Amino acid sequence: MAETKKISYGHELTKGILKENPVLRLVLGTCPTLATSTSVVNGVGMGIAATIVLICSNIAISALRKVIPSKARIPAYIVIIASFVTVVQMLVKAFVPALDESLGVFLPLIVVNCIILGRAEAFASKNPVLVSAVDGLGMGIGFTAALFCMGAVREILGAGTFLSGIDTMIGGFVDLNGFTGFDFNERLTHLGVAPMTIFILPAGGFFTFGVIMALANKLADKKGLQKAELRGCEGCPHAAVCGRSDCAEQTAEKPAAKPAAAVKAASTAATTAATTAAATQKAPETAKPAPATPPAAGNGKEADAQ
Amino acid sequence: MKFVIALLVMGILTQNFTLAKFLGICPFLGVSKKLNTAVGMSLAVIFVMLLATAVTYPLNIFLEAHDLAYLQTIVFILVIAALVQMVEIVLKKYVKSLYNALGIYLPLITTNCAVLGVVILNIDNISAYSAYGFGFGHAMVSSFAAGAGFMLAMVLFAGVRSRLETADVPESLKGLPITLIAAAIVSMSFLGFSGIVEGMGLM
Repeated sequence: MAETKKISYGHELTKGILKENPVLRLVLGTCPTLATSTSVVNGVGMGIAATIVLICSNIAISALRKVIPSKARIPAYIVIIASFVTVVQMLVKAFVPALDESLGVFLPLIVVNCIILGRAEAFASKNPVLVSAVDGLGMGIGFTAALFCMGAVREILGAGTFLSGIDTMIGGFVDLNGFTGFDFNERLTHLGVAPMTIFILPAGGFFTFGVIMALANKLADKKGLQKAELRGCEGCPHAAVCGRSDCAEQTAEKPAAKPAAAVKAASTAATTAATTAAATQKAPETAKPAPATPPAAGNGKEADAQ
Repeated sequence: MKFVIALLVMGILTQNFTLAKFLGICPFLGVSKKLNTAVGMSLAVIFVMLLATAVTYPLNIFLEAHDLAYLQTIVFILVIAALVQMVEIVLKKYVKSLYNALGIYLPLITTNCAVLGVVILNIDNISAYSAYGFGFGHAMVSSFAAGAGFMLAMVLFAGVRSRLETADVPESLKGLPITLIAAAIVSMSFLGFSGIVEGMGLM
């Protein structure tokens, strides 16, 4: 018994890093990934901040999982997550003001990071405290690793530097002997080339993310895993909150499917779609089959693993 | 007046919420396959952004007056979540046509980073643009501009994606990777607008 438990801890820790990497495999948390990966230091700073929130919120939610009524669970999770985000925000402001400045609005926006709410709903609400903490740590490391890769590519190609600004982040805690990151610009100008600034601009963020995800897909394909995509409700980052069995996109397509149909038909289709949606949304109050389905589907692998 | 135009131009073109600030990427990638869903989602986002700003702006004044500014994040996200739920219920009961158009998108927006983002940015703008007397009206204008910018990006991208559907793409680029690379090109085209605010002498 003890041995199987040990194995499962290892699995929970490593699955978030490669097999179920939140960014590259589950396609969660795309906004902070794109926005904060302009440099390695920025990206890793964001990753660490999110990891701390993720571990703390997973522990708190898992500890309270039997107390929180299922009807009010999403608001409860949001309050818990928002509290930890506020704590982390204050700590960052006090100890690493440079990071606070460079992350800007994305520091408070950790609240709506789909990874955190997603893990709360899919894992922490169903598992004991310690496993949830390990799961949070694994997912956090996976998020940080993805941000590191993105940041490294973008910083080296876009600015011609690597780890620049490290002194402003950890210089106050660790003696770096005046190390301020690598700078290849001098050597590059010697060769007559300049860094491609487009990579640190928003367009480069989309491009780098696309290419890295293609590489991850290629690797996953070799290992016989599924491709990363936003698949239906299961892959939808909002599945936890949305709580309906059919996706908005599919629901909205119903009236559009028959463009020639009379307005009345279209509007009735829309109302039925709306009422079914409303019905599925009301369902959690009675038997809660609707919210159980999307996370259960997303949770299939974890259920298998246990 | 110049400042209002500047806010609109910045929100829609130069500082586009989705393509330049990376807020609201999830719906941008997830709901932009069809033009009608893209428009419906964007209208719902504009609606919720305006509503959220109208509520949180005075709320922030209250928080700051009582030295509670550190509660911003918690208060804002809860207020937005409650507000969206309430609006959904009210629309369902009294404004059926609007509910049919926007209702299905509303729950998706509750935890959308674009909405919380616009609210927090508006609060930050108060000090950033204090020279221009940034006030409630300006906050509403910049929220509308942010939503309109989101809509422009969504509508443009829906067009791009419908062309991508039939394109012959290498196996590992199929799906999300090619979508992201297409988004990179759309985003690059928006770089062409940079400097327009200064160039027109708006700020």
